[in-house]
Amino acid sequence: MKLPLDGAIDCDAHMSVPNVAALLPFMSDYWRDQIVNRYIDRSGFNLMSYPPRSPFTVRDDWRPAPDTDGLDGLRRNLLEPFRLSTAICHTLHGSIALFNEDMGAEFCKAVNSWVARERLDREPRLRASILVHAQNPALAVEEIERCAEDARFVAVLVPVMGDNPLGRRIYWPIYEACERHGLSLAVHAGSTYRHAPTAAGWTSFQSEDYVLQSSAFENLIVSFLAEGVFQKFQDLKLVCMESGFTWLPTLIWRSSKTWRGVRTEVPWLDRVPSEIIRERIRLTLQPVDAPRDAKILNRILEQIASDDMLLFSTDYPHSQFDGEDVLPDGLSDDLIRKIAIDNPLAAFPRLASAHVGHKEQKRQEIAQ
Amino acid sequence: MTRHVIARADEIAPGSSRIVTVAGREIGVFNVGGDFYALANRCPHAGAALCEGFISGLVGADGPNKYRLERKGEFIRCPYHGWEFDIRTGQSWCDPNSMKVRQFSITVAPGETLVKGPYVAETFAVQVEENYVVVDL
Repeated sequence: MKLPLDGAIDCDAHMSVPNVAALLPFMSDYWRDQIVNRYIDRSGFNLMSYPPRSPFTVRDDWRPAPDTDGLDGLRRNLLEPFRLSTAICHTLHGSIALFNEDMGAEFCKAVNSWVARERLDREPRLRASILVHAQNPALAVEEIERCAEDARFVAVLVPVMGDNPLGRRIYWPIYEACERHGLSLAVHAGSTYRHAPTAAGWTSFQSEDYVLQSSAFENLIVSFLAEGVFQKFQDLKLVCMESGFTWLPTLIWRSSKTWRGVRTEVPWLDRVPSEIIRERIRLTLQPVDAPRDAKILNRILEQIASDDMLLFSTDYPHSQFDGEDVLPDGLSDDLIRKIAIDNPLAAFPRLASAHVGHKEQKRQEIAQ
Repeated sequence: MTRHVIARADEIAPGSSRIVTVAGREIGVFNVGGDFYALANRCPHAGAALCEGFISGLVGADGPNKYRLERKGEFIRCPYHGWEFDIRTGQSWCDPNSMKVRQFSITVAPGETLVKGPYVAETFAVQVEENYVVVDL
Protein backbone atom coordinates (compact mmCIF):
# COMPACT_ATOMS: atom_id res chain seq x y z
CA MET A 1 0.00 0.00 0.00
CA LYS A 2 0.95 3.67 -0.33
CA LEU A 3 2.17 5.75 2.58
CA PRO A 4 -0.96 7.25 4.15
CA LEU A 5 0.88 10.15 5.77
CA ASP A 6 3.15 13.07 4.96
CA GLY A 7 6.55 13.59 6.46
CA ALA A 8 7.85 10.03 6.61
CA ILE A 9 11.57 9.55 7.17
CA ASP A 10 13.25 7.24 4.66
CA CYS A 11 16.07 5.55 6.57
CA ASP A 12 17.66 3.75 3.64
CA ALA A 13 17.96 5.54 0.33
CA HIS A 14 21.00 5.59 -1.86
CA MET A 15 22.92 8.09 -3.81
CA SER A 16 25.93 7.34 -5.89
CA VAL A 17 28.97 9.31 -6.83
CA PRO A 18 28.83 9.60 -10.64
CA ASN A 19 32.51 8.77 -11.18
CA VAL A 20 35.94 9.02 -9.60
CA ALA A 21 36.58 12.33 -11.35
CA ALA A 22 33.84 13.86 -9.19
CA LEU A 23 35.85 12.94 -6.10
CA LEU A 24 39.21 14.36 -7.22
CA PRO A 25 38.49 17.92 -6.02
CA PHE A 26 38.07 16.55 -2.50
CA MET A 27 41.38 14.68 -2.44
CA SER A 28 44.85 15.80 -1.42
CA ASP A 29 47.41 16.68 -4.07
CA TYR A 30 49.23 13.43 -3.52
CA TRP A 31 46.18 11.25 -3.95
CA ARG A 32 44.85 13.24 -6.92
CA ASP A 33 48.19 12.64 -8.59
CA GLN A 34 48.15 8.93 -7.75
CA ILE A 35 44.56 8.37 -8.85
CA VAL A 36 45.01 10.14 -12.19
CA ASN A 37 48.50 8.89 -13.07
CA ARG A 38 47.69 5.31 -12.19
CA TYR A 39 44.44 5.48 -14.20
CA ILE A 40 42.52 4.58 -11.08
CA ASP A 41 39.98 7.21 -12.07
CA ARG A 42 38.85 4.92 -14.87
CA SER A 43 37.53 2.37 -12.41
CA GLY A 44 33.85 2.49 -11.58
CA PHE A 45 34.36 1.50 -7.93
CA ASN A 46 31.08 -0.37 -7.94
CA LEU A 47 30.69 -3.11 -5.37
CA MET A 48 30.01 -6.50 -6.88
CA SER A 49 26.88 -6.89 -4.76
CA TYR A 50 25.24 -4.28 -6.99
CA PRO A 51 26.67 -4.60 -10.50
CA PRO A 52 25.71 -1.45 -12.42
CA ARG A 53 23.58 -3.15 -15.06
CA SER A 54 21.78 -5.54 -12.73
CA PRO A 55 18.00 -4.99 -12.74
CA PHE A 56 18.18 -4.73 -8.93
CA THR A 57 20.51 -1.76 -9.00
CA VAL A 58 18.06 0.83 -10.24
CA ARG A 59 14.33 0.37 -10.70
CA ASP A 60 13.61 0.67 -14.36
CA ASP A 61 11.33 3.70 -14.13
CA TRP A 62 13.89 5.38 -11.87
CA ARG A 63 16.89 4.83 -14.12
CA PRO A 64 18.38 8.26 -14.75
CA ALA A 65 18.92 9.52 -18.27
CA PRO A 66 22.62 9.54 -19.12
CA ASP A 67 24.55 12.61 -17.98
CA THR A 68 21.85 13.83 -15.62
CA ASP A 69 22.44 14.78 -12.05
CA GLY A 70 21.08 12.07 -9.77
CA LEU A 71 19.73 14.70 -7.41
CA ASP A 72 16.89 15.68 -9.75
CA GLY A 73 15.82 12.05 -9.94
CA LEU A 74 16.02 11.74 -6.18
CA ARG A 75 13.64 14.68 -5.77
CA ARG A 76 11.30 13.61 -8.56
CA ASN A 77 11.18 9.88 -7.78
CA LEU A 78 11.62 9.81 -4.03
CA LEU A 79 11.26 12.99 -1.97
CA GLU A 80 8.19 14.35 -3.76
CA PRO A 81 5.99 11.33 -4.56
CA PHE A 82 6.47 9.82 -1.10
CA ARG A 83 6.08 13.27 0.56
CA LEU A 84 9.12 12.61 2.74
CA SER A 85 10.33 15.02 5.37
CA THR A 86 13.77 13.44 5.29
CA ALA A 87 15.71 10.80 3.41
CA ILE A 88 18.84 9.37 4.99
CA CYS A 89 21.11 8.49 2.11
CA HIS A 90 23.92 6.00 2.14
CA THR A 91 26.72 5.96 -0.38
CA LEU A 92 28.30 2.53 -0.46
CA HIS A 93 31.34 3.31 -2.53
CA GLY A 94 33.53 0.48 -3.79
CA SER A 95 36.62 2.03 -2.21
CA ILE A 96 35.69 0.43 1.13
CA ALA A 97 36.98 -2.81 -0.39
CA LEU A 98 40.47 -1.45 -1.11
CA PHE A 99 43.26 -3.22 0.73
CA ASN A 100 45.36 -0.05 0.82
CA GLU A 101 43.81 1.56 3.86
CA ASP A 102 45.38 4.98 3.23
CA MET A 103 43.81 5.07 -0.21
CA GLY A 104 40.57 3.68 1.22
CA ALA A 105 40.46 6.37 3.89
CA GLU A 106 41.18 9.10 1.33
CA PHE A 107 38.37 7.86 -0.90
CA CYS A 108 35.95 7.78 2.05
CA LYS A 109 36.92 11.33 2.94
CA ALA A 110 36.32 12.41 -0.66
CA VAL A 111 32.98 10.58 -0.83
CA ASN A 112 31.78 12.20 2.39
CA SER A 113 32.91 15.63 1.22
CA TRP A 114 31.16 15.10 -2.11
CA VAL A 115 27.99 14.05 -0.28
CA ALA A 116 28.07 17.19 1.87
CA ARG A 117 28.79 19.54 -1.01
CA GLU A 118 26.85 18.01 -3.89
CA ARG A 119 23.86 16.62 -2.04
CA LEU A 120 23.36 17.89 1.50
CA ASP A 121 24.15 21.52 0.60
CA ARG A 122 21.73 21.38 -2.32
CA GLU A 123 18.78 19.53 -0.79
CA PRO A 124 17.75 20.27 2.80
CA ARG A 125 15.58 17.16 3.09
CA LEU A 126 18.63 14.90 2.81
CA ARG A 127 20.71 13.47 5.61
CA ALA A 128 23.61 11.08 5.17
CA SER A 129 25.85 8.53 6.80
CA ILE A 130 29.61 8.88 7.10
CA LEU A 131 31.29 6.24 4.96
CA VAL A 132 34.33 4.72 6.67
CA HIS A 133 36.98 2.22 5.67
CA ALA A 134 36.70 -0.05 8.69
CA GLN A 135 39.82 -2.10 7.98
CA ASN A 136 41.75 0.55 9.88
CA PRO A 137 39.56 1.67 12.78
CA ALA A 138 41.93 4.51 13.74
CA LEU A 139 41.59 6.08 10.29
CA ALA A 140 37.84 5.47 10.41
CA VAL A 141 37.65 7.35 13.71
CA GLU A 142 39.60 10.27 12.19
CA GLU A 143 37.04 10.50 9.42
CA ILE A 144 34.16 10.33 11.91
CA GLU A 145 35.75 13.15 13.89
CA ARG A 146 36.18 15.21 10.73
CA CYS A 147 32.54 14.83 9.66
CA ALA A 148 30.83 14.76 13.05
CA GLU A 149 30.57 18.49 13.43
CA ASP A 150 28.24 18.56 10.42
CA ALA A 151 24.90 17.62 12.01
CA ARG A 152 23.51 16.49 8.66
CA PHE A 153 25.58 13.35 9.05
CA VAL A 154 23.45 11.18 11.30
CA ALA A 155 25.18 7.78 11.12
CA VAL A 156 28.38 5.91 10.36
CA LEU A 157 28.19 3.46 7.47
CA VAL A 158 29.92 0.09 7.21
CA PRO A 159 29.05 -3.01 5.16
CA VAL A 160 27.82 -6.05 7.03
CA MET A 161 30.69 -8.21 5.77
CA GLY A 162 34.22 -6.94 6.28
CA ASP A 163 37.52 -8.26 7.63
CA ASN A 164 36.14 -9.56 10.94
CA PRO A 165 32.82 -10.08 12.67
CA LEU A 166 31.73 -6.55 13.51
CA GLY A 167 31.32 -7.16 17.24
CA ARG A 168 35.06 -7.73 17.70
CA ARG A 169 36.93 -5.34 19.96
CA ILE A 170 39.15 -4.14 17.14
CA TYR A 171 36.15 -2.10 15.91
CA TRP A 172 35.23 -0.63 19.28
CA PRO A 173 36.98 2.70 18.70
CA ILE A 174 34.50 3.25 15.86
CA TYR A 175 31.57 2.52 18.15
CA GLU A 176 33.02 4.70 20.87
CA ALA A 177 33.21 7.57 18.36
CA CYS A 178 29.62 6.91 17.23
CA GLU A 179 28.41 7.04 20.80
CA ARG A 180 30.40 10.17 21.61
CA HIS A 181 28.85 12.07 18.71
CA GLY A 182 25.34 10.64 18.85
CA LEU A 183 25.86 8.97 15.48
CA SER A 184 24.00 5.73 14.84
CA LEU A 185 25.84 2.76 13.38
CA ALA A 186 24.31 1.96 10.00
CA VAL A 187 25.36 -1.51 8.89
CA HIS A 188 24.32 -2.03 5.30
CA ALA A 189 24.06 -5.12 3.16
CA GLY A 190 27.29 -5.60 1.23
CA SER A 191 30.74 -7.02 1.52
CA THR A 192 34.34 -5.99 1.10
CA TYR A 193 34.88 -9.58 -0.11
CA ARG A 194 37.64 -10.37 2.33
CA HIS A 195 35.79 -13.64 2.81
CA ALA A 196 33.31 -15.62 0.79
CA PRO A 197 29.77 -14.44 1.41
CA THR A 198 28.87 -17.86 2.78
CA ALA A 199 30.64 -19.71 5.54
CA ALA A 200 31.03 -22.69 3.22
CA GLY A 201 32.84 -20.86 0.46
CA TRP A 202 32.33 -18.88 -2.70
CA THR A 203 29.03 -18.81 -4.52
CA SER A 204 28.54 -19.11 -8.26
CA PHE A 205 25.81 -16.55 -8.75
CA GLN A 206 25.01 -13.00 -7.76
CA SER A 207 21.50 -14.06 -6.78
CA GLU A 208 23.00 -16.30 -4.09
CA ASP A 209 25.01 -13.38 -2.82
CA TYR A 210 21.90 -11.25 -2.48
CA VAL A 211 19.71 -13.87 -0.81
CA LEU A 212 22.43 -14.68 1.69
CA GLN A 213 22.87 -11.11 2.92
CA SER A 214 20.32 -11.83 5.64
CA SER A 215 22.54 -14.53 7.12
CA ALA A 216 25.35 -11.98 7.34
CA PHE A 217 23.04 -9.81 9.44
CA GLU A 218 22.39 -12.76 11.70
CA ASN A 219 26.17 -13.07 12.10
CA LEU A 220 26.34 -9.38 12.93
CA ILE A 221 23.70 -9.57 15.65
CA VAL A 222 25.15 -12.72 17.20
CA SER A 223 28.61 -11.14 17.16
CA PHE A 224 27.38 -7.91 18.79
CA LEU A 225 25.59 -9.90 21.47
CA ALA A 226 28.41 -12.29 22.27
CA GLU A 227 31.17 -9.69 22.25
CA GLY A 228 29.17 -7.52 24.63
CA VAL A 229 29.02 -4.46 22.35
CA PHE A 230 25.59 -3.52 23.68
CA GLN A 231 26.80 -3.69 27.27
CA LYS A 232 29.96 -1.73 26.53
CA PHE A 233 28.21 0.98 24.51
CA GLN A 234 24.90 1.57 26.21
CA ASP A 235 23.88 4.47 23.95
CA LEU A 236 25.01 3.05 20.62
CA LYS A 237 22.17 2.63 18.11
CA LEU A 238 22.61 -0.23 15.65
CA VAL A 239 20.57 -0.07 12.46
CA CYS A 240 20.56 -2.94 9.97
CA MET A 241 19.99 -1.57 6.51
CA GLU A 242 18.54 -3.55 3.63
CA SER A 243 18.74 -6.60 5.84
CA GLY A 244 15.19 -7.87 5.51
CA PHE A 245 13.54 -8.66 8.83
CA THR A 246 11.39 -11.76 8.37
CA TRP A 247 14.27 -13.96 9.57
CA LEU A 248 14.39 -12.18 12.89
CA PRO A 249 12.04 -14.37 14.99
CA THR A 250 14.12 -17.51 14.55
CA LEU A 251 17.29 -15.64 15.46
CA ILE A 252 15.63 -14.21 18.58
CA TRP A 253 14.52 -17.69 19.64
CA ARG A 254 17.79 -19.41 18.83
CA SER A 255 20.01 -16.86 20.57
CA SER A 256 17.84 -16.89 23.67
CA LYS A 257 17.63 -20.66 23.86
CA THR A 258 21.37 -21.10 23.42
CA TRP A 259 22.17 -18.38 25.95
CA ARG A 260 20.44 -20.34 28.73
CA GLY A 261 22.98 -23.14 28.44
CA VAL A 262 26.20 -21.30 27.58
CA ARG A 263 25.68 -18.03 29.41
CA THR A 264 28.81 -18.56 31.50
CA GLU A 265 31.00 -18.21 28.42
CA VAL A 266 29.74 -14.66 27.82
CA PRO A 267 28.71 -13.58 31.32
CA TRP A 268 28.33 -9.91 30.37
CA LEU A 269 25.14 -10.98 28.64
CA ASP A 270 23.19 -10.42 31.81
CA ARG A 271 19.77 -10.61 30.19
CA VAL A 272 18.10 -12.97 27.80
CA PRO A 273 19.19 -11.97 24.25
CA SER A 274 15.60 -11.54 23.07
CA GLU A 275 15.28 -8.49 25.33
CA ILE A 276 18.56 -6.99 24.16
CA ILE A 277 17.70 -7.55 20.50
CA ARG A 278 14.31 -5.89 20.87
CA GLU A 279 15.75 -2.93 22.74
CA ARG A 280 18.90 -2.26 20.78
CA ILE A 281 18.51 -3.40 17.18
CA ARG A 282 16.62 -1.58 14.46
CA LEU A 283 16.02 -2.73 10.88
CA THR A 284 14.87 -0.94 7.76
CA LEU A 285 11.60 -1.97 6.16
CA GLN A 286 12.59 -2.72 2.57
CA PRO A 287 13.06 -5.35 1.27
CA VAL A 288 9.95 -6.96 2.75
CA ASP A 289 10.45 -10.64 2.08
CA ALA A 290 7.11 -11.91 3.41
CA PRO A 291 4.42 -13.08 1.00
CA ARG A 292 1.72 -10.53 0.17
CA ASP A 293 -0.80 -12.17 2.51
CA ALA A 294 -1.14 -9.68 5.37
CA LYS A 295 -1.96 -12.49 7.80
CA ILE A 296 1.47 -14.02 7.28
CA LEU A 297 3.27 -10.72 7.73
CA ASN A 298 1.32 -9.93 10.86
CA ARG A 299 2.20 -13.29 12.31
CA ILE A 300 5.89 -12.50 11.82
CA LEU A 301 5.40 -9.08 13.42
CA GLU A 302 3.71 -10.75 16.39
CA GLN A 303 6.69 -13.05 16.74
CA ILE A 304 9.11 -10.13 16.56
CA ALA A 305 6.92 -8.70 19.34
CA SER A 306 8.11 -5.12 19.20
CA ASP A 307 6.65 -2.07 17.44
CA ASP A 308 9.90 -0.20 17.87
CA MET A 309 12.24 -2.14 15.62
CA LEU A 310 11.25 -1.36 12.03
CA LEU A 311 12.21 1.85 10.27
CA PHE A 312 10.62 3.08 7.08
CA SER A 313 12.80 2.73 4.00
CA THR A 314 12.41 2.68 0.25
CA ASP A 315 15.89 1.37 -0.58
CA TYR A 316 15.73 3.90 -3.45
CA PRO A 317 16.66 3.42 -6.26
CA HIS A 318 16.87 -0.34 -5.88
CA SER A 319 13.93 -2.28 -7.16
CA GLN A 320 12.07 -3.57 -4.09
CA PHE A 321 8.41 -2.68 -4.80
CA ASP A 322 6.21 -1.42 -7.62
CA GLY A 323 4.81 2.06 -8.10
CA GLU A 324 4.38 3.84 -4.80
CA ASP A 325 3.25 0.76 -2.86
CA VAL A 326 6.15 1.00 -0.49
CA LEU A 327 4.32 -0.43 2.54
CA PRO A 328 3.24 -4.04 2.80
CA ASP A 329 -0.51 -4.51 3.31
CA GLY A 330 -1.94 -5.16 6.74
CA LEU A 331 -0.02 -2.73 8.95
CA SER A 332 -2.12 -0.83 11.49
CA ASP A 333 -2.22 2.99 11.34
CA ASP A 334 -0.40 3.20 14.65
CA LEU A 335 2.35 0.93 13.47
CA ILE A 336 2.72 2.85 10.20
CA ARG A 337 3.12 6.07 12.14
CA LYS A 338 5.78 4.46 14.33
CA ILE A 339 7.65 2.92 11.43
CA ALA A 340 7.50 6.08 9.32
CA ILE A 341 8.31 8.74 11.90
CA ASP A 342 8.71 7.82 15.58
CA ASN A 343 11.07 4.88 15.21
CA PRO A 344 13.42 6.67 12.79
CA LEU A 345 13.62 9.66 15.15
CA ALA A 346 14.55 7.32 18.00
CA ALA A 347 17.03 5.34 15.93
CA PHE A 348 18.84 8.43 14.62
CA PRO A 349 19.01 10.90 17.52
CA ARG A 350 20.79 13.43 15.33
CA LEU A 351 17.67 13.84 13.19
CA ALA A 352 16.01 15.74 16.01
CA SER A 353 18.67 18.41 16.09
CA ALA A 354 19.75 18.23 12.50
CA HIS A 355 17.77 21.26 11.35
CA VAL A 356 20.31 23.34 13.21
CA GLY A 357 23.91 22.99 12.11
CA HIS A 358 26.05 21.54 14.86
CA LYS A 359 28.40 24.53 14.89
CA GLU A 360 25.47 26.90 15.16
CA GLN A 361 24.02 24.80 17.94
CA LYS A 362 27.31 24.98 19.79
CA ARG A 363 27.32 28.71 19.37
CA GLN A 364 23.83 28.84 20.84
CA GLU A 365 24.87 26.66 23.74
CA ILE A 366 27.81 28.92 24.40
CA ALA A 367 25.55 32.00 24.14
CA GLN A 368 23.21 30.52 26.76
CA MET B 1 5.18 -34.52 56.70
CA THR B 2 7.36 -37.43 57.55
CA ARG B 3 10.93 -36.98 58.63
CA HIS B 4 13.41 -39.24 56.85
CA VAL B 5 16.97 -39.75 57.98
CA ILE B 6 19.26 -39.55 54.96
CA ALA B 7 22.79 -39.93 56.23
CA ARG B 8 25.16 -39.10 58.99
CA ALA B 9 26.08 -35.44 58.62
CA ASP B 10 29.79 -36.20 58.40
CA GLU B 11 29.22 -38.53 55.45
CA ILE B 12 28.44 -35.59 53.12
CA ALA B 13 31.47 -33.34 53.26
CA PRO B 14 31.26 -29.59 52.49
CA GLY B 15 31.22 -29.14 48.69
CA SER B 16 29.89 -32.63 48.06
CA SER B 17 26.48 -34.14 47.61
CA ARG B 18 24.65 -37.41 47.72
CA ILE B 19 21.64 -38.64 45.77
CA VAL B 20 19.20 -40.65 47.88
CA THR B 21 15.80 -42.18 47.28
CA VAL B 22 13.20 -41.12 49.79
CA ALA B 23 9.61 -42.36 49.56
CA GLY B 24 10.28 -43.31 45.93
CA ARG B 25 11.75 -39.93 44.96
CA GLU B 26 15.33 -39.17 44.05
CA ILE B 27 16.66 -36.27 46.01
CA GLY B 28 20.08 -34.65 45.88
CA VAL B 29 21.41 -33.57 49.25
CA PHE B 30 24.14 -30.92 49.14
CA ASN B 31 26.51 -29.70 51.79
CA VAL B 32 27.26 -26.06 50.92
CA GLY B 33 29.83 -24.81 53.37
CA GLY B 34 28.31 -26.76 56.25
CA ASP B 35 24.67 -25.98 55.40
CA PHE B 36 22.54 -28.74 53.94
CA TYR B 37 20.07 -28.31 51.05
CA ALA B 38 17.94 -30.82 49.18
CA LEU B 39 16.70 -30.61 45.58
CA ALA B 40 14.65 -32.96 43.46
CA ASN B 41 16.95 -34.88 41.12
CA ARG B 42 14.93 -33.75 38.14
CA CYS B 43 15.58 -30.66 36.07
CA PRO B 44 12.32 -28.72 35.56
CA HIS B 45 13.40 -27.96 32.00
CA ALA B 46 13.77 -31.40 30.40
CA GLY B 47 13.78 -33.88 33.27
CA ALA B 48 17.50 -34.65 33.44
CA ALA B 49 19.13 -35.95 36.62
CA LEU B 50 20.00 -32.43 37.70
CA CYS B 51 21.86 -33.37 40.85
CA GLU B 52 24.43 -35.32 38.82
CA GLY B 53 25.52 -32.07 37.22
CA PHE B 54 28.61 -30.28 38.37
CA ILE B 55 28.67 -27.89 41.26
CA SER B 56 30.16 -24.50 40.61
CA GLY B 57 29.74 -20.84 41.40
CA LEU B 58 27.92 -18.01 39.74
CA VAL B 59 29.73 -16.53 36.76
CA GLY B 60 29.23 -12.82 36.27
CA ALA B 61 30.95 -9.90 34.59
CA ASP B 62 31.40 -6.17 35.00
CA GLY B 63 31.28 -5.78 31.22
CA PRO B 64 33.11 -7.58 28.42
CA ASN B 65 36.43 -9.08 29.47
CA LYS B 66 35.75 -8.42 33.19
CA TYR B 67 34.93 -11.88 34.46
CA ARG B 68 33.87 -12.79 38.01
CA LEU B 69 33.23 -16.09 39.77
CA GLU B 70 31.18 -15.63 42.90
CA ARG B 71 29.24 -17.74 45.39
CA LYS B 72 31.51 -20.72 44.80
CA GLY B 73 29.84 -24.07 45.37
CA GLU B 74 26.33 -22.61 45.47
CA PHE B 75 25.23 -23.43 41.91
CA ILE B 76 24.64 -26.65 40.05
CA ARG B 77 24.64 -26.97 36.26
CA CYS B 78 22.32 -29.44 34.64
CA PRO B 79 24.18 -32.19 32.76
CA TYR B 80 21.80 -31.94 29.78
CA HIS B 81 21.76 -28.27 28.78
CA GLY B 82 24.00 -26.49 31.24
CA TRP B 83 21.23 -24.49 32.88
CA GLU B 84 22.29 -23.15 36.26
CA PHE B 85 20.29 -23.54 39.45
CA ASP B 86 20.86 -21.98 42.84
CA ILE B 87 21.36 -24.91 45.22
CA ARG B 88 20.09 -22.85 48.16
CA THR B 89 16.73 -21.99 46.56
CA GLY B 90 16.28 -24.22 43.51
CA GLN B 91 15.85 -21.09 41.40
CA SER B 92 16.97 -21.14 37.79
CA TRP B 93 19.49 -18.41 37.09
CA CYS B 94 18.62 -17.83 33.41
CA ASP B 95 14.87 -18.00 33.76
CA PRO B 96 14.06 -17.28 37.40
CA ASN B 97 10.40 -16.49 36.82
CA SER B 98 9.31 -19.73 35.29
CA MET B 99 11.95 -22.28 36.28
CA LYS B 100 12.42 -23.59 39.78
CA VAL B 101 13.56 -26.99 41.00
CA ARG B 102 11.45 -28.62 43.69
CA GLN B 103 13.19 -28.00 46.95
CA PHE B 104 12.83 -29.93 50.18
CA SER B 105 13.24 -28.74 53.70
CA ILE B 106 16.22 -30.27 55.36
CA THR B 107 17.58 -30.21 58.86
CA VAL B 108 20.45 -31.67 60.82
CA ALA B 109 19.18 -33.28 63.98
CA PRO B 110 21.03 -34.94 66.83
CA GLY B 111 20.64 -38.70 66.85
CA GLU B 112 18.93 -38.70 70.25
CA THR B 113 15.89 -36.86 68.89
CA LEU B 114 15.31 -39.37 66.12
CA VAL B 115 13.31 -42.19 67.50
CA LYS B 116 12.69 -44.16 64.35
CA GLY B 117 13.53 -43.89 60.71
CA PRO B 118 14.43 -45.79 57.59
CA TYR B 119 18.08 -45.56 58.51
CA VAL B 120 19.66 -48.91 59.38
CA ALA B 121 18.86 -49.65 62.98
CA GLU B 122 22.27 -50.98 63.95
CA THR B 123 24.07 -47.89 62.71
CA PHE B 124 21.43 -45.76 64.32
CA ALA B 125 21.91 -47.46 67.57
CA VAL B 126 25.69 -47.44 67.58
CA GLN B 127 26.08 -43.89 66.48
CA VAL B 128 23.29 -42.27 68.35
CA GLU B 129 25.56 -39.45 69.44
CA GLU B 130 26.15 -38.31 65.85
CA ASN B 131 24.18 -35.66 63.91
CA TYR B 132 21.94 -36.86 61.09
CA VAL B 133 20.72 -35.21 57.93
CA VAL B 134 16.94 -35.34 57.88
CA VAL B 135 14.59 -34.48 55.04
CA ASP B 136 10.93 -33.58 55.46
CA LEU B 137 8.77 -35.11 52.76
